[in-house]
Amino acid sequence: MIHQYKSNGYAIVLDVNSGSVHVVDDIVYDCIALLDQGCSNEEVTEKLSSSYSGEDLKTALKEIQELTDEGMLFTEDIYENAIEHFKERPTVVKALCLHIAHDCNLACKYCFAEEGEYHGRRALMSYEVGKKALDFLIANSGSRRNLEVDFFGGEPLMNWQVVKDLVAYGREQEKIHNKNFRFTLTTNGVLVNDEVMEFCNKEMGNVVMSIDGRKEVHDHMRPFRKGAGSYDLVVPKFQKWAESRNQDKYYARGTFTHYNLDFSKDVLNLADLGFKQISVEPVVAPSDADYALQPEDLPKLFEEYDTLAKEMIKRNKEGNGFNFFHFMLDLTGGPCVYKRLSGCGSGTEYLAVTPWGDLYPCHQFVGNEDFLLGNVDEGITKPAICKDFKNCNVYAKEACKKCFARFYCSGGCAANSYNFKGKIDDVYEVGCELERKRVECAIMIKAAMAEEEV
Amino acid sequence: MKHIKTLNTKSLQNTMKKGGCGECQTSCQSACKTSCTVGNQSCENTK
Repeated sequence: MIHQYKSNGYAIVLDVNSGSVHVVDDIVYDCIALLDQGCSNEEVTEKLSSSYSGEDLKTALKEIQELTDEGMLFTEDIYENAIEHFKERPTVVKALCLHIAHDCNLACKYCFAEEGEYHGRRALMSYEVGKKALDFLIANSGSRRNLEVDFFGGEPLMNWQVVKDLVAYGREQEKIHNKNFRFTLTTNGVLVNDEVMEFCNKEMGNVVMSIDGRKEVHDHMRPFRKGAGSYDLVVPKFQKWAESRNQDKYYARGTFTHYNLDFSKDVLNLADLGFKQISVEPVVAPSDADYALQPEDLPKLFEEYDTLAKEMIKRNKEGNGFNFFHFMLDLTGGPCVYKRLSGCGSGTEYLAVTPWGDLYPCHQFVGNEDFLLGNVDEGITKPAICKDFKNCNVYAKEACKKCFARFYCSGGCAANSYNFKGKIDDVYEVGCELERKRVECAIMIKAAMAEEEV
Repeated sequence: MKHIKTLNTKSLQNTMKKGGCGECQTSCQSACKTSCTVGNQSCENTK
């Protein structure tokens, strides 16, 4: 399967099944398009003879043949059987999203947790429940050494002492069981202070700082419960924190909605504030919400990704670059095909834990009783649900079979699919369109930077 | 090559041989929490 496109002056050919990315000239671009339609070399030569010289066509076709022989063009999808085999391996749990607080000091309008409460009651996780969650993780992690625990909410800093106590417990247990805990924290910044920064800089492998971009955009969606904006309070703290982490191992993480379709300005605003690790992502919302992204927003959003990609190249070349999470692409050491096909791991190797110890496939399903998997005392009591999630990969989704981006998104988010289609093994088309655009931009940026290196 | 510049040298097929150790980061733990992004993760064994 071939995907070819032109962007920002680059002609790009992606060989989907090998993951090979080629920057080509027009002649190769046109040849590949015809070959992909099933034309023979002779037919290609004939069809393009009025546009290119015979000699050029000959060398272009020769180069295409060389790459085909090397398994970098026109490769077949040979993974479906392998993934079936791979799925038979026993499932281990390697990551937990701990809902340390189902409560929040902000009232963000797009919050899928409904001001932190997840369609339920306000609650804080006790140390005892948290300990059992870490014990459950260790006991179910098999031979995996690296275990991830995200302190999530609501707002986890509303239960800060328990966070610190659980980190201490994890550090003690990892030595006993030969594990390595990687803790992360997601926060809205309201309660961040020097002590929090210092502790997290020592113990947290990643920190996600929630901030949406421009002040008016941020304050519109992220107010306090009484309505005042939170921007002025959190920005200086996040700036200080990012610096104290040497501008690494954190994300300034925002959400864009129908109200800021010009979100590239928010990304650049965050970059102008000095943040070097930025992630600004599309809101996931019921389609009748006023802030939800609509299919008709897509052309504008595509334009925004293009604008952002070009600006990032410019800033990078000027020595003032920054990382944008959704444009990150590792062409030399990216994830293996098993990882790409098994997806985010929700419901299998990644689970969410509520304040009272219930287990769900991921944070997005918390509060939906149909997806209650068990609890930290009894473990998984409904393995059939986990099996459904395990079987949910790109080969289970018709739309993915035809999609060039399937090895980049791994079939997309099960919660998005469920929210829009009522089942976990479908796709959310608006999300797919945006993902495809981002992959194209990410590859184009690589092409532009590679040109710089020559 | 005169007409083609290939940006990567590692192919997905090759990762079938040694891949699947499972030690890498779970994608939703990294930043996203609302959008599945796997292609931008790094392999634990090539760090």
